[in-house]
Amino acid sequence: MSDEKNKSDQQKSGVSRRSFLKASGISLGVPLVVGHRVINVNGQEVKLYGPTKTSITLTINGAKQTVEVEPRVTLLEALRHELDITGAKRVCDRATCGACTMIVGGKAVYSCTVLAIEAQGKPITTVESLMQGEKLHPLQQAFVDNDGQQCGYCTPGFVMACKAFLDKNPSPTPEEVQKGLGGNLCRCGTYMGVRAAVLQAATMHKGGKNHG
Amino acid sequence: MNAFEYASPTTKEQAVKLLGNSWTEAEVLAGGTDLLSLMKDHIVEPKRLVNIKSIKELGGIAGTAKSGLRIGALVTIQELLDHPRMRKEYAALVQAAEGISSPQIRNMGTIGGDLCQRPRCWYYRAGFGLLGTQESGEPLVPNGDNRYHAILGNSGAALFVNPSSLAPALIAMNARVKIYGAKGQREVALEKFFTAPTTGSQREYDLQPNELVTEIIVPPLARAKSATYEVRQKEALDWPLTTASVVLTMTGNTVKAARIVLGHVAPTPWRSTEAEAAIVGKAVSEATAEAAGKAAVEKAKALSKNGYKIQLAKVAVKRAILLAAKGGTR
Amino acid sequence: MAEYKWPDADKRTQIGKRIARLDGAVKVSGKAKYNSDLNRPGMLHGKVLRSPHAHAKIISIDTSAAEQMPGVKAVHIINGVGFEIRWAGENIVAVAALDEPTAEDAIRAIKVQYEKLPHLVVDHDLKIAGEWATPTNESKKGDYEKGFAEAEVIHEGVYGMPVITHCCLEPHGSVTEWEDDNLLVHLSTQAVSGIAAQMATPMEIPAGKIRVKQDHIGGGFGSKFGPDAWDVAGAKLSKKAGGKPVRIFLERDAELMVAGTRPSHYAKVKIGAKKDGTLTAWQSESWGSGGPNGSGSPPLPYVIDIPNQSRKHVSIANHVGPSRAWRAPNHPQACFVTMSALEDLAAKLNMDPLEFVLKNKALLGTRKDNYADELMLAAEKIGWKKTWHPRGDKTPGPIKRGLGLSFHTWGGGGHASDCDLVIQPDGSVEVRMGTQDLGVGTRTALAIVAADTLALPLEAIKISIGDNRFPASGGSGGSTTIGGISASTRRASLDALDKIFEKAAPTLNAQPAELEAIGGKIQVKGDASRSLTWAQACAKLGAMPITVRGKNPGPGPLTSQGVGGVQMADVAVDIETGIVKINKIVAVQDCGLIINLKLTESQVYGALIMGVCWALYEEKINDQTTGKTLNANMEFYKLAGIGDIGQLEVHMMTGKGYDERGVIGIGEPPAVSPGAVISNAVANAIGVRVPGLPLTPDRVLAALETKGGR
Repeated sequence: MSDEKNKSDQQKSGVSRRSFLKASGISLGVPLVVGHRVINVNGQEVKLYGPTKTSITLTINGAKQTVEVEPRVTLLEALRHELDITGAKRVCDRATCGACTMIVGGKAVYSCTVLAIEAQGKPITTVESLMQGEKLHPLQQAFVDNDGQQCGYCTPGFVMACKAFLDKNPSPTPEEVQKGLGGNLCRCGTYMGVRAAVLQAATMHKGGKNHG
Repeated sequence: MNAFEYASPTTKEQAVKLLGNSWTEAEVLAGGTDLLSLMKDHIVEPKRLVNIKSIKELGGIAGTAKSGLRIGALVTIQELLDHPRMRKEYAALVQAAEGISSPQIRNMGTIGGDLCQRPRCWYYRAGFGLLGTQESGEPLVPNGDNRYHAILGNSGAALFVNPSSLAPALIAMNARVKIYGAKGQREVALEKFFTAPTTGSQREYDLQPNELVTEIIVPPLARAKSATYEVRQKEALDWPLTTASVVLTMTGNTVKAARIVLGHVAPTPWRSTEAEAAIVGKAVSEATAEAAGKAAVEKAKALSKNGYKIQLAKVAVKRAILLAAKGGTR
Repeated sequence: MAEYKWPDADKRTQIGKRIARLDGAVKVSGKAKYNSDLNRPGMLHGKVLRSPHAHAKIISIDTSAAEQMPGVKAVHIINGVGFEIRWAGENIVAVAALDEPTAEDAIRAIKVQYEKLPHLVVDHDLKIAGEWATPTNESKKGDYEKGFAEAEVIHEGVYGMPVITHCCLEPHGSVTEWEDDNLLVHLSTQAVSGIAAQMATPMEIPAGKIRVKQDHIGGGFGSKFGPDAWDVAGAKLSKKAGGKPVRIFLERDAELMVAGTRPSHYAKVKIGAKKDGTLTAWQSESWGSGGPNGSGSPPLPYVIDIPNQSRKHVSIANHVGPSRAWRAPNHPQACFVTMSALEDLAAKLNMDPLEFVLKNKALLGTRKDNYADELMLAAEKIGWKKTWHPRGDKTPGPIKRGLGLSFHTWGGGGHASDCDLVIQPDGSVEVRMGTQDLGVGTRTALAIVAADTLALPLEAIKISIGDNRFPASGGSGGSTTIGGISASTRRASLDALDKIFEKAAPTLNAQPAELEAIGGKIQVKGDASRSLTWAQACAKLGAMPITVRGKNPGPGPLTSQGVGGVQMADVAVDIETGIVKINKIVAVQDCGLIINLKLTESQVYGALIMGVCWALYEEKINDQTTGKTLNANMEFYKLAGIGDIGQLEVHMMTGKGYDERGVIGIGEPPAVSPGAVISNAVANAIGVRVPGLPLTPDRVLAALETKGGR
């Protein structure tokens, strides 16, 4: 067990680690920046972030953006409140409703339940990326054509869930659409429009293979 | 959510050192689908979060038809479903995974996390402790709303149901779990991994605060027939009311050996030796499957509002057996 | 002077067509800014400390630790020492801080002592309500005793449906800020024009100093007509923080606990008929709760005016978050009870419920013929003749199929609405109105009415709504928005057109009355050779734009009241698990003249889907011991997903007999029947009534057990 070497940092963080560290056999190194320390674990360096704000870099829709947030801030909140990227919505905030859906590392996830700090280094795609200039993405156009939205609050998340669904299964059957989008909830009741939109987008995307 | 410090180690040795000796010190972050909700609701309040997703050795599925499978703890539910061998040999596990009907959860949630997620008992989640008690110590569940609570193994203090979707199938497959901790590596049968706590400060599984589940070992199953039947109200993401997973070794239509495990009926995944005994030696039919279902709930005891789950458990066992015998496809 | 009526069918260029919503693109692209999306400069994040107890008195509050926390900018006590809390989740203290995590830390650092008081949070059993139950309504019609004496078949049943919530996806809340002594409120609201007056009193400033803005709202369903205590608290926090914007939007648990519910309804019903099906008598003793203000008295029997009636209602005032208007207040409850009792009686009479209802057609009121038409049409679409069977599907296997029917009514009509139509000399047109688009397509409807009237393309109309500086228009409730806003816009457009005719007439050597607007032109009626383009005609205005105010003139050719609809459901029930799946639901609905067929149908689809949610899943589950709502989350407060709704088919009644009623409103009526129609279909499938909603496996299996065996 090593000694603590950086009491000043510990005081800054506002959280007492004395008993904790005694138990876990960790030695502290010299902090590089505030809210980010390097500690030595079994001879290897491991970075410890927080609990205060720390600088993190996210790759959002192809652009790197840096924010200063505490580790407890979710990816959703970092985007909504630090970067004003507000397409994804906070609704259930507990990984149930899908309104916060983003595509991270190529997969649809609930961004309310991903920490911003752990999303570093992965491509993050939000609904804001889909339009090409003034032109809607075919899936978005299909949502408009088939009225897959009413109040629209679930819509950005739903669009991203559908996008990820179609990326994986470009020619779904109607049954696959009904079974494959079980991670998003709508309160106004737009599912009929969403079903039709996904099938239309699939047809447009694949040039005609339509099961519907 | 309370503030915490965060680390993302790259080896399991580092991870274990970063964990604490008591549960209040640190938590392991994998898929996060349960942990972050627990933290937002202040049900768990770790001072440190150890993100294990950068530990490469905890990922991946490997193995041969002879050796069975080694599934890394970080393998996501979706990775399980996408693995080419799964559908052929491990129908019960695939069906259990498919029951998690949100693609987002399947993309985020890991097999290790599925096994280590905490009970969904709404008294626990409302801040009344793991066992759901008032300040006086009076238990809330027996006279409260226990519609989703245990019908088996409910004579002790724990009345919640184990929430794992995959554990019943994995236990039916006789899976083992590898654990790495401060004292090194150990391995336990998954069946023995889950425990019914007697006090609110215990956990529902055999893991120390500074231990990690590193992988799941599933024996070869190519010659067995398996299935999971889940009674779930919604097609969309929804907790099952009851599940049953069965693995049958059969000669013709006759069952030579069986492992039958129920989920969401007891504080732990519930292996029903009674149901197994009822079906072994029998030819699978509606009647013998029904008899096994009945045997499974022989010792069931309803709380005030969950009597219906006895019927559901019975049906789930029956249907899982019939499904497995048919070759696992619905 | 224009005649204020709708164009004849052959003259409608936009009205009644299927037109995609104009705000579709901003919504699907994530560009639409809801008030909960705003990041105003210097914005602070507010949070509210809420009561953990359902009934308690506040003994002390200590906010000192929160106030001293770095980053905390203001603390405001909403309900102070001595206040009697009447529901779990009641507001206690609001805090504004630099960021959300700090605000959360701050409210958790506040110490409140409570004196707990006895509470009641359940309502299914009238006996345990005790002193909190109050008879509120007792009425009789005809001689119900004589009616039952005449009856040859009598059915008695008890039916019930629990409290459910609105569960708006955008939670209630606002961003409030001060500029000098003017308050700017970005509120998630169904009543943009009505907020300032409601906020003036608590803020102690004139309503004229309160500006209310909202571009988009993420659901309301009746729960967002006023500023809430947390919005007022936000404004007070903002004041304390030097006017900085303060954002307070509810957490999901609070949203489900305190931001509105639909009252429960339970009823003991006795209903009698002659052997030929002629209804003779109704008796009901009902009760329900909706928080501290109790419940309303649903109109029993519903739609069908049984000759002899006796009705009693008891309201339970209990300790749960207060009810608010919920999409067709009181109707879903009345419909569920009435339609269930009718179907049960039909089963006892060995009659097909469709024949049974038609037999009693005379009791269906002024629109009885419409109901009959709608019943026949719905029957055809669901395959009633082929698929309906007497109660209890006798085919082998655990999956039982059944059909059910229900019908409903609603008032609708047009609320007060003022519209300013602004025409610029360059021909650009703007509609300005202090209304709101709840996602029903209000913007699109305004553009359709103006464009159709002015003979312009939709894109030529700029729609400006969501600001209380625009002419006042009513709150979006009671399905009165479309009637109100389309009438005022039609009137403004017609009057504006008259002004353009006046200006254009001299150039065209004609009298204004001889002109018409057609295809983007102003021309002499029937003579395309004597015309001006719209822009040329507007250039005659000179330098200044004209603004024409149109008011909804009230009931008349533009808008009226009263619609009906019929729904039929086809369900599959697994009698071994009690799980109900929807095969299909058909809705046949009238609502007068339809402005936009596409979005009208969307309203009906939405109502059906919301109905599947509360028929099968929704229930606010309160725990009597702790006083807490156990499922204040979206995991156990269950909503249907995309695969849970079966196939839906909507048919709107249009054309002769419907269009001449004018524009009426559609948001609520189709939301009335789903509980009843699904419950009836389940009874038909399994051979026994499941008396309670939602139709969860425990309830279905319990009903099957009472039937005996499976």
